[in-house]
Amino acid sequence: MPPGITLAADAPQLSAANTGFMLICSALVMLMTPALAFFYGGMVRVKSTLNMLMMSFISLGIVTILWVLYGFSIAFGSDHGSLFGWSSEYVGLSDIGITQLWPGYTIPVYVFAVFQLMFAIITPALISGALADRVKFTAWTLFIALWVTIVYFPVAHWVWGDGGWAFDLGVIDFAGGTAVHINAGAAALGVILVIGKRVGFKKDPMRPHSLPLVMLGAGLLWFGWFGFNAGSWLGNDDGVGAVMFLNTQVATAAAMLAWLAYEKIRHGAFTTLGAASGAVAGLVAITPSGGAVSPLGAIAVGAIAGVLCAMAVGLKYRFGYDDSLDVVGVHLVGGVAGSLLVGLFATGGVQSDAKGLFYGGGLDQLGKQAAGVFGVLAYSLVVSAVLAFLIDRTMGMRVPEDDEVSGIDQVEHAETAYDYAGAGGGTSTRSTGPSLAGREPAAAPNKKVDA
Amino acid sequence: MKLITAVVKPHRLDEIKEALQAFGVHGLTVTEASGYGRQRGHTEVYRGAEYTVDLVPKIRIEVLAEDEDVEQLLEVVVKAARTGKIGDGKVWSVPVETAVRVRTGERGPDAL
Repeated sequence: MPPGITLAADAPQLSAANTGFMLICSALVMLMTPALAFFYGGMVRVKSTLNMLMMSFISLGIVTILWVLYGFSIAFGSDHGSLFGWSSEYVGLSDIGITQLWPGYTIPVYVFAVFQLMFAIITPALISGALADRVKFTAWTLFIALWVTIVYFPVAHWVWGDGGWAFDLGVIDFAGGTAVHINAGAAALGVILVIGKRVGFKKDPMRPHSLPLVMLGAGLLWFGWFGFNAGSWLGNDDGVGAVMFLNTQVATAAAMLAWLAYEKIRHGAFTTLGAASGAVAGLVAITPSGGAVSPLGAIAVGAIAGVLCAMAVGLKYRFGYDDSLDVVGVHLVGGVAGSLLVGLFATGGVQSDAKGLFYGGGLDQLGKQAAGVFGVLAYSLVVSAVLAFLIDRTMGMRVPEDDEVSGIDQVEHAETAYDYAGAGGGTSTRSTGPSLAGREPAAAPNKKVDA
Repeated sequence: MKLITAVVKPHRLDEIKEALQAFGVHGLTVTEASGYGRQRGHTEVYRGAEYTVDLVPKIRIEVLAEDEDVEQLLEVVVKAARTGKIGDGKVWSVPVETAVRVRTGERGPDAL
């Protein structure tokens, strides 16, 4: 988040253009959470599709309420010790005037609060990809509530809040490489180290059940990401948001191509999953850096992140931790790459005057970026692991093994994603119904379909 | 009477059907099938994780024929199914004891 834009000598006035722009950006960021649900949902097996969709979708419910009650206050209230915020007028979001401006900006507090809410929603949803197939839904909802309270809200304050330690140190995180992606990726790693692998990991085939869904999700994420990134300047008065928009597109394209090239050389094919994953890796990497680099720098950031993430997704097989859908490989590695690359590629000409190593700035900014990256990484990893451990010890984090094998959708949601029983008409059987009017539909055979 | 069964590549179905019609075969049964022969399926890659998919899609064509036509029919099917590449499939025939046309009750060669 940028330091205050100084428009004129006078105090900022409410800008209708910026306010409208930010409301649209907020809606775009909201779309990213269901998009993520489909991105993840297509990657799991048929039997756990709904659970994967729900683990993201439920975040829209839980985090929204907590944000209003106290989340916004912790993240963006007055600073306490550089660690968290608190302002009583933000509690319940009730003591705020409708035209009251976010300090230093031309948009109302409510607009800023709703934009930031969407970030708070998607961050815990990102974690869920690592936990596919095996976590009790109630345990997950409790985890989200505790995690955003203890981890996300304070970390958002560190990185973006006035007085937060990373913000004061000069760590550049334009739109959430540190607060969102490293934070979620490190949390994912912490939780899976506690809860363990899926039944059959490295033995059973766990192919994605629907790559078209993955592609749909990735495409919508890309679209929503323009709101996420370009909106993070909180206005449109000086063109920085436009640079960010362009760099978002450029880095994502470069990362997709880089991932595909790596894959072709290493595994012999240009895969659909690789294209979708490469795009997301590029989006993640440009998120912290896009305001600081030139379009050529964005190509470098995207290409480096695309290759690094493509290499990183294989680590889970080597090290034996089961990050189901590669949240660590894509979000943590991509986030770390993008955040550190600011220290190399920052031009000093756009978002801030801090220059990276390649633009004559020395190692100063790289050091600041590293402090932000590893501070957030360590805190999130440790606290998330402790939270998962406590939940596991009290209510149990995982579903029973039998339920995991037969499919978490049926056990946790009493539904299945698809009904193929009627496809193609099937065979006809004589109706046993008493009369035409009162006839029940023929009972579909209760067949479990699995990929 | 014999039952000729062919398990072949799905995209050869039209050629085989036309060749059988040209020969004078009145009916056949087609089933979707999957299996493998010497080629042992194929490999798929998902984020670098390779999966060997053993069973590949095939179709199974079944035709009832009179004994004296069997040799020629085998030739016809093989010619229409052949692409020359690995995985073209197999054709075989087995003896059939009886056949009955459901509509009329005719038996044996009359039922074909």
